[in-house]
Amino acid sequence: MDNIAGTKSSLSWAVQISVILLVVIWLVPTIGLLVSSFRDRDQISASGWWLSPFAVEQNFQAKIPAEEAKPDQGGFVIEGNIFGGADTEVIRFGGARSNPTIAAVGETAELTRDRTLTVQQNGDFTYFSPAEIKRDPSIYYSTATPPDFSLSNYRNILFSNNMDVAFINTLTVTIPATIIPILIAAFAAYALAWMDFAGRGFLIAMVVGLLVVPLQLALVPLLQFHNKIGIGQSFLGIWMAHTGFGLPLAIYLLRNYMVGLPRDIIESAKVDGATDFQVFTKIVLPLSFPALASFAIFQFLWTWNDLLVAKVFLPSNSESWVMTVKIADDLLGSRGGDWGILASAAFISIAVPLIVFFTMQRYLVRGLLAGSVK
Amino acid sequence: MSPLLQGIVTVVVGVGGCVGYFFLSNLILDKVIFPTRAENPGKNINRANLVRPWLFLFPAMAALGLYLVYPVVGSFWRSLHNRSGDEFIGFGNYAVMFADDGFQTALFNNFLWVLVVPASATFFGLLVAQLTDRLKWGNIAKSLIFMPMAISFVGASLIWKFVYANNADIGLINAIRDVFGASDPLDVLQLRFWNNFFLMFILVWIQTGFAMVILSAALRGIPEETIEAAIIDGANPFQVFFKIKVPQIMGTIVVVWTTITILVLKVFDIVYTMTGGNFGTEILPSYMMSYMFRDDGRATAVAFVIMIIVLPVMIWNIRQARAEMR
Repeated sequence: MDNIAGTKSSLSWAVQISVILLVVIWLVPTIGLLVSSFRDRDQISASGWWLSPFAVEQNFQAKIPAEEAKPDQGGFVIEGNIFGGADTEVIRFGGARSNPTIAAVGETAELTRDRTLTVQQNGDFTYFSPAEIKRDPSIYYSTATPPDFSLSNYRNILFSNNMDVAFINTLTVTIPATIIPILIAAFAAYALAWMDFAGRGFLIAMVVGLLVVPLQLALVPLLQFHNKIGIGQSFLGIWMAHTGFGLPLAIYLLRNYMVGLPRDIIESAKVDGATDFQVFTKIVLPLSFPALASFAIFQFLWTWNDLLVAKVFLPSNSESWVMTVKIADDLLGSRGGDWGILASAAFISIAVPLIVFFTMQRYLVRGLLAGSVK
Repeated sequence: MSPLLQGIVTVVVGVGGCVGYFFLSNLILDKVIFPTRAENPGKNINRANLVRPWLFLFPAMAALGLYLVYPVVGSFWRSLHNRSGDEFIGFGNYAVMFADDGFQTALFNNFLWVLVVPASATFFGLLVAQLTDRLKWGNIAKSLIFMPMAISFVGASLIWKFVYANNADIGLINAIRDVFGASDPLDVLQLRFWNNFFLMFILVWIQTGFAMVILSAALRGIPEETIEAAIIDGANPFQVFFKIKVPQIMGTIVVVWTTITILVLKVFDIVYTMTGGNFGTEILPSYMMSYMFRDDGRATAVAFVIMIIVLPVMIWNIRQARAEMR
């Protein structure tokens, strides 16, 4: 279609630019979080992540000892180096908390009570006071801290904040809750697609209708039910809940796919004496692999990312938290301002879905198209 | 037992149990109840085939019935009772709820969400689908825009909490305002009314990829002759898009729109994580969660209101499915 007259218009540049713009808007927030997850806590609050490749200007305070003061030029002078010889550079300095960076290096800053202060780039300072110095004076200075990227946020959140436990819990919830509904749904989808029985149309309509039922309805009655049969809030309960909630989409997607399989294959197998069970396991199931894979990805992403079901059906003690609950209920409350920790926690929780997503994207898209566009 | 081990055991027991159920029930049906080797095999095969669909369907129907059909009735019944569930109070919960300011705000906000999110996500999805259609790097662009689909609502909320942060050194929004000379950082999540839109944008960000994938497939399905004919007749690209392409994929647009609408009515994570429903951002699902475990009567009443709002979509879906089957 590329060479139809008129399609290669002047719009082509506008198209390129608008797509770039959209991609940037869609990508930048995630990149920001990723960059921040590697940065030191103080650096995050000192400069934006978009400036992270550059040095950060940070303010410090140093006390200088009053007893080193020597009488000189009709007053008292303290000399020395604020870094004690370390290899750092001062950018600005000052002598008062209210205005910590009043002077540039090399200048002489006028302080209160006629005192003066000079700081050199390498940290050498000269402090002069006309009167005797009784208390240790403070020097305020700012240095350029080089960019500091490390895995310390990840180490911190994983090993001292129980995020590793939450990670394992999430896996524990997700794997059974992905595999079991697929199996149940595949049999049901086959029956709805290829078996003839009274009430089939009604059942299909019911499955479509149930796609829409809000989860919220299920919470209270089912929790009561779980308590009554003795499961209560537990992993077993959440597996059952995810299985129930995932089924309508699974049956719907798989049935739509199976209906599209060629009728001849199935009928000739039956003529040759295959039972429905054999037709299903030997022919339909292998042929349905793309649809099974796409639903598996969906159900995996959905159970991995779920917050609501986990909040209701899992016990609320910290040993049973999945990552979403851990982040939403614990970290955002207790570590609300600690952006480095939050960012690394978010990345730990989205790493697995992202890997699954980018490796299996083909199947995901195919499944979406099989189920939604008819 | 460690949870991971417990999970593996469940997979083995669960999968084994399912396979065993399907295999054994079919075996028993064929060999014991209606054996093909008995006096009239033909009749027995037919009788077995009358039962078999229900063997295949039973686990799914049982799970659906218990986890989705029963709760519709169970929730309604529970919502007619008081806080602890021991006293029947009729529509008392509903009366109290509708008089509550918080509920009215939540209802109004939910209305905004349903209006704005599906419309914007479908619009952006269609825009990206059309723009990337003939780009060389279109597939890469699509993948990147599709990516947020994989991110949890909680993760996405954190990502955007960062963008919205009330500090020009952390939040992009405030950094941009800073460049244009704004004096004080602004907490956009506390701007009454407008904060709702900042929350909605997170869901739009997640859902645009979904709309894009489906709409781009639909755009590819349009017969080229119609487009060629329009171009030969002198239509400009905008006319081709709005007058030729969009009408032909209207059905798909409606499906995408509906799907996102359903999602909006269920989602509570974003509001819960970002503002906890404060600053006038409550929506029905998060309003419901604030009563969950505390007053089940109220919570189920809110859930039932959500159900009633979803009902028209449900009916539309079922009619659509029935029309397709014919």
